[in-house]
Amino acid sequence: MLLTLMIFVPLIGMVVVLCLPRNSEETIKRTTLVFTLIPLILGVILLAGYDRGSEEHQYAVDVVWIEAFDIHYHIGIDGLSVTLLLLTVLLGPICVIASWRNIEKGIKAYMALFLLLETGMIGFFAALDLFLFYVFFELTLLPMYFLIGIWGGPRREYAAIKFFLYTLFGSVLMLIAMIAVYLKGETFDIPTLITLAQQDGHALANPVFQIWVFLGFFIGFAVKVPIFPFHTWLPDAHVEAPTAISVILAAILLKMGTYGLIRVNFAMLPEGMAFFTDPEAAVKLGRSATWGYGLAILGFINIVYGSFCALAQTDFKKLVAYSSIGHMGFVILGLAARNESGVTGAILQMFNHGVISAMLFLLVGVVYDRAHHREINGFGGLGSKMPIYTGITTLAFMASLGLPGLSGFVGEALALLGAYSKYQVLTILSTIGIVVGAAYFLWTLQRVFLGKLNPKYEGISEINGREILTLVPLGILTILFGVCPSLLISMFNQAVRLLPLVP
Amino acid sequence: MSPLTNIQSIPYFIPELILVVFALIAVLVDLVNKGKNTERCAYVALVGVAATLVAVIVLGSTEQSLFLGMIRLDSFAVFFKILILAATAVTIIFSIKSEELDPRMKGEYYALLIAVTFGMFLMASSTNLLMIFIALETVSLTSYILAGFLTHNPRSSEAAFKYITYGAVASGTMLFGFSLLFGLTGTGDVVQISNRLTEMFSAGEAYPLVVLVIITFILAGVGYKMASVPFHMWSPDVYEGAPIPITAFLSVASKAAGFALFIRLFYSTFQAANIVGSVDWSLMLAIVSALTMTVGNLAALPQQNVKRLLAYSSIAHGGYLLMGATLLTPEGIHAILFYFIAYLFMNLGAFFVVVLIANELGSETIDGYRNLWSRAPFVAVAMAIFLFSLTGIPPFAGFFGKWLLFTAVIKQELYWLAVVGLLNSVVSLYYYARIIKAMFLETSDETDAISFSWGNLALLVVFVVPTFVIGFWNTVYEVSRASLGRIVG
Repeated sequence: MLLTLMIFVPLIGMVVVLCLPRNSEETIKRTTLVFTLIPLILGVILLAGYDRGSEEHQYAVDVVWIEAFDIHYHIGIDGLSVTLLLLTVLLGPICVIASWRNIEKGIKAYMALFLLLETGMIGFFAALDLFLFYVFFELTLLPMYFLIGIWGGPRREYAAIKFFLYTLFGSVLMLIAMIAVYLKGETFDIPTLITLAQQDGHALANPVFQIWVFLGFFIGFAVKVPIFPFHTWLPDAHVEAPTAISVILAAILLKMGTYGLIRVNFAMLPEGMAFFTDPEAAVKLGRSATWGYGLAILGFINIVYGSFCALAQTDFKKLVAYSSIGHMGFVILGLAARNESGVTGAILQMFNHGVISAMLFLLVGVVYDRAHHREINGFGGLGSKMPIYTGITTLAFMASLGLPGLSGFVGEALALLGAYSKYQVLTILSTIGIVVGAAYFLWTLQRVFLGKLNPKYEGISEINGREILTLVPLGILTILFGVCPSLLISMFNQAVRLLPLVP
Repeated sequence: MSPLTNIQSIPYFIPELILVVFALIAVLVDLVNKGKNTERCAYVALVGVAATLVAVIVLGSTEQSLFLGMIRLDSFAVFFKILILAATAVTIIFSIKSEELDPRMKGEYYALLIAVTFGMFLMASSTNLLMIFIALETVSLTSYILAGFLTHNPRSSEAAFKYITYGAVASGTMLFGFSLLFGLTGTGDVVQISNRLTEMFSAGEAYPLVVLVIITFILAGVGYKMASVPFHMWSPDVYEGAPIPITAFLSVASKAAGFALFIRLFYSTFQAANIVGSVDWSLMLAIVSALTMTVGNLAALPQQNVKRLLAYSSIAHGGYLLMGATLLTPEGIHAILFYFIAYLFMNLGAFFVVVLIANELGSETIDGYRNLWSRAPFVAVAMAIFLFSLTGIPPFAGFFGKWLLFTAVIKQELYWLAVVGLLNSVVSLYYYARIIKAMFLETSDETDAISFSWGNLALLVVFVVPTFVIGFWNTVYEVSRASLGRIVG
């Protein structure tokens, strides 16, 4: 019930917001804030009652939804989803506060769509029925399209439709895979399907079937992550999207892709996963061993390609967007390792990247609201005028480039550690990404904050209280989970052990 | 169950008789009013539709072969009759609202609309080759007149002319196929044909090639009604030239009747005769289906006229529907039936918005929809819902329809067709999104609000709500499954 409430409170909020008169902007904003704070409070209650050692899905609800096809409204959380679910409800109010001043037109529609988006995201992480999972996955598409398309920057129309088409392309392939799984397994229930897929002789356990289905799901999720070569929508979408939407995009929507990879491809399709992550398994099926490096190579490309692209950017936001591609590469690499350390690193990285990238995009938004541009070379010496802002940005940069003691480090380190035992060369080459990451962040820091103050920004104002309010909780999490990652790891440790890991 | 004689059949034929009577009443009312107050004719027609609906439902559970085996009354026919009646009722209401029709001529217009509906009823229930042909021609002839109803508009006349030329060729070809089939089997009854074919195949008397030729010829006629490639060429011009209500009607009801006839004919004759192995007509249908959706979608991409865009999109939807028919499995036919329910609401809803906008702004182009969001938010949101549903995005009805269709296709392991179909959905998003983009993302100089009457908005709700709930509503699945009835034994 608690979980159901969490999913649908924002939806109720949407209806309420739609009923408010158009010109009462303050009321609309406050209402939205309340309806995003309720899931957060529910999230805290959920966390308090969450049993870290349990192997079961907690807060589970399972009722028949569409009888004709045995589709259930089956929700519940386990270690894989709980962290992302909490991140989602935390970012809800933060994004509403971040949108407080800089959404100029149609605030009512904006807030309504935002609430719809939140329902989609929470529902996605809670869904345990494949059909429901897909419906929520798609449900995030519509509001996102409008949020980028209406409230975005100059090239918003192009960016919005590109995002939409890419994601829909991926999800239709996923739909085929999903139907194929349903026809073989005769159920949509994810836990049941996971059990069936491990039974010897069951149609679902057939390796060739799993490989094809794996590909279908993989492309669907890869577009979302995004994994090279499906990534080109991301820089466009990020650059055009308003700040709060960029935050959601980077922190949550990208994680939907990797979460799907773990929940479906990893847990449900072990044979398919093995084919793409284990050279021996590929050889055993009579294919070239190269297939067994497939996922790791994609992770590696993401890391290195994303980092180098970020290095080349002069647009602050585009830089952060490409750095996201790079950081998601570590998640892929960690998953490709299929061992405890790799997968733990991947899940940690998902959460931490969510927190850090949210901070980065909020910070870009802060300076954009003041300067109305994002050219890195167009600033200079802001540190003297905006010391607090500079301090927080430095923290976020350091966390993102993987400074030990901050949260970004742990995930990347564990993912690399896990990957090293299987793919030595690729892992070593992937560390280039970390070096380049340090380079572009430090270089940006230097160009924007250090040196002589650009006279154009004599009058620039310091970060204000509202903006600090959005950043402080994220900053605290960055430090807390950097110093004490076990707090986080203990939440999903049990779930990781239940995955089909290899030593 | 032996077929009833002509006299015995009449009680089961009451719905059709009601339609005929009301078509005549509409003409009479028009005469009495001397061409004025044509709204009265519309109300007569609506009452006729309502009375027919009642009669159809009362007879709903009967399974009976009528008129010495010419017509069959079963749940499958009832399903399509209700669907067609709903489309007719909506079309009548659209026509009352529409301002493009010449008010002096509306009287006979409604009479013709009822006559078309009568023909479609026959299409949905004919079980004899001769009756099938008569039904098809009844629908075609009346449709030609309706398509050309805007006598002052040359495009409308052009539409009617194209329609009639294509129609004549298509039905001629089909008739030729029928005559071959009759010559081969010596009977016009579809069930007997099926039995004869089975005998002949087992005795080695029939050549597969002959049957394939027959099927191809018959497909020409049916494909023309379903607007499937390569017999689709008439439809964009007709859809664009015809009055909007007629376009809406043709794109739903005509298509539904075509599919009903197709399924009944093919299922009873060729599928039941179990000649699938020797004559690979299902592959032919799969190719036609893939081509139809691809051609429809690609042609829709560059369209600027919303009506024409929806016309091409409805060709594409015919292609999706055909996917369900490729192997004529119960799942596939069930998917077709369900899809038609969803399609009825989402497609007619989209056309209704086109009617409203054409009335208010006098524009049918995408540019006319610019900034509609701030001018008429409710209409814009409703249109967006219809378009997303047509694309097949959850949680709207169109998604569930597509989901059923693709499940049926994948179950038959026609993976290539499923991939083609789904990639087509992605393509279709692009042109549907062009309208959405104009409505929501683009700005225009015209910003004053457009107000619509409460009646219009209420009617819009009638389309929006089902588009939302059909997919979640188990009863709809059960009803559409039950409607397979005996046709899928």
